[in-house]
Amino acid sequence: MKKLLNNTYSYWFLVPAGLIYVTFFIAPTFMSFFFSLTRWTLFDWEFIGLENFIMFFQESSLKVGFRNTLFFATVTALSKVVLGFALGLVLTMGIRFTGFLRSIVFFPTILSIVAVGITFRRLMHPAHGAINRTLALFGISGPNWLGNVDIAMLSVSLVDVWRGVGIATVIFIAGMQAIPRDYYEAVSIDGGGFWRQVWHVTVPLSRPATNSVLLLAMIGGLRTFDLVWTMTGGGPGFSTDLIASIIYKQYQAGFYGLATAGNVILFFVVAAIAVPLFWFLNRKEVTL
Amino acid sequence: MTLTGLPRRVIREIVQLVFAVLITVLFGAPLVFVALNAGMDVPQAAEMRMALPESPQYLANLGEVIAARDGAVLRAFWNSSVITVSSIVILIVVGAMSGMVLQRRRGKAVTPIMFLVLAGLMVPPAVVPTIKLLQTLGIFKTLYSMVLIEVAINLPVTIVLYRAYMVSIPQEMDESALIEGASPWQLYWRIILPLVKPVTATVIVLSAVFIFNDFVHPLYFLPGAENVTVQLTLYNFMSRYATQWNLLFSNVLLISLPPLVAFIVFNKRIVAGVVAGAVKG
Repeated sequence: MKKLLNNTYSYWFLVPAGLIYVTFFIAPTFMSFFFSLTRWTLFDWEFIGLENFIMFFQESSLKVGFRNTLFFATVTALSKVVLGFALGLVLTMGIRFTGFLRSIVFFPTILSIVAVGITFRRLMHPAHGAINRTLALFGISGPNWLGNVDIAMLSVSLVDVWRGVGIATVIFIAGMQAIPRDYYEAVSIDGGGFWRQVWHVTVPLSRPATNSVLLLAMIGGLRTFDLVWTMTGGGPGFSTDLIASIIYKQYQAGFYGLATAGNVILFFVVAAIAVPLFWFLNRKEVTL
Repeated sequence: MTLTGLPRRVIREIVQLVFAVLITVLFGAPLVFVALNAGMDVPQAAEMRMALPESPQYLANLGEVIAARDGAVLRAFWNSSVITVSSIVILIVVGAMSGMVLQRRRGKAVTPIMFLVLAGLMVPPAVVPTIKLLQTLGIFKTLYSMVLIEVAINLPVTIVLYRAYMVSIPQEMDESALIEGASPWQLYWRIILPLVKPVTATVIVLSAVFIFNDFVHPLYFLPGAENVTVQLTLYNFMSRYATQWNLLFSNVLLISLPPLVAFIVFNKRIVAGVVAGAVKG
């Protein structure tokens, strides 16, 4: 039977997927390790060692990408965890309009990012944008969201949270719905009120959901390109340039070796953060 | 009775209502803004106001968007649909096969293969080498090379989903089919594929949203006016319509319609699909 089964689940079944995956994903990844060490015109290459990488760490217009990428990924991931948890909590309490509210929180996540970027560029206009007009009604003079180098990165992060918190919310909701009622009752019998129940039951038992959201948001954040590109194009100056947008700029400028080095750096940044995070989170996971 | 003199129940109602209004405004206002501006004339759209269109011209704006650049938007819808549908079909067929073998088979090769699959969930695609590869193969700037790339990018999550679901299908099912004389291919095509339908639904939903909304990959791998995809028309029109925001928002509205319709029809399925994709992936 074992032999029959091994013949049945033949590795031949992996060939179609493997062929596509290896050709169009794995092979280019390995090629990138080599070409990142070259000055490359697509027709011709010249081996220059680590020069591209040194440039990435020295040139201030490239270096800024690291800080921005880490800032963007961390801020958006943590915000999505906190807000997604809070929204998930409220939207599993059986309040009015729950179904509608879940839908409207989730809907932005399936919208086109380019469309979201364009819309918020308009809403965040310093003088006439709807956001600052609304703030003005309360006597607050809103900032130049996307034009001020000090807050542009934060503004883009805010929009990314608006767009992505819905996924976090539905993941938390799914996790919270799986928590048995008895756990809450046990705390309640011991005299624990709402906040104690949240702290001692919901928070620890939402651990798997928290891990998924954190990891997903972190990886997504580190790789982000489209939202930043459509909202600010990396500007003003280089204040919102991420590693991914720098790769695109270098590619457009024809510096293919440099762009590929950026790709390799992004590869290592994602791996250096995601792999330990994955290991750390799974090690301490609480099981139901 | 509470401090304010209102019964607790009434306060609860009020708090709930305020919360509902707040969330609705926060998440709904940008969508309403798009819907309103898409029907304005040029001067009114320039004001960026959250106001009703003075002389609604939704159809005229839409007509202009569709007519622009010799119907680039229509071509884009066609291209994006072809890419999305073809990619999904391939993903299902080859992804389910892989998921089946990688879950059922106990072999030394399974672990390293799964490592490669999981790596694909986080590693960003190498841009320029992929372009070079496509050029070398002579398929750069073709729709089907875009399809193959979308398949490659979406394969890892697809395989992980199918593999996870295969656990819930008892192996006795396979064994009895084999004893009845089914070939491996028949087992896959007649028994397994119909049984994994829930995952197939998830894969369809997830990939449709991802591929239809994909901007980055077509930007790099599918340049050229005749190859334009939906997200790129929008991006291209961003500079073209720098002063005609009504048309830009009309385009935004048009492009948001497919996800909107899909969301209204498949709401539960989409949410379930996204959760499954996130948690298992």
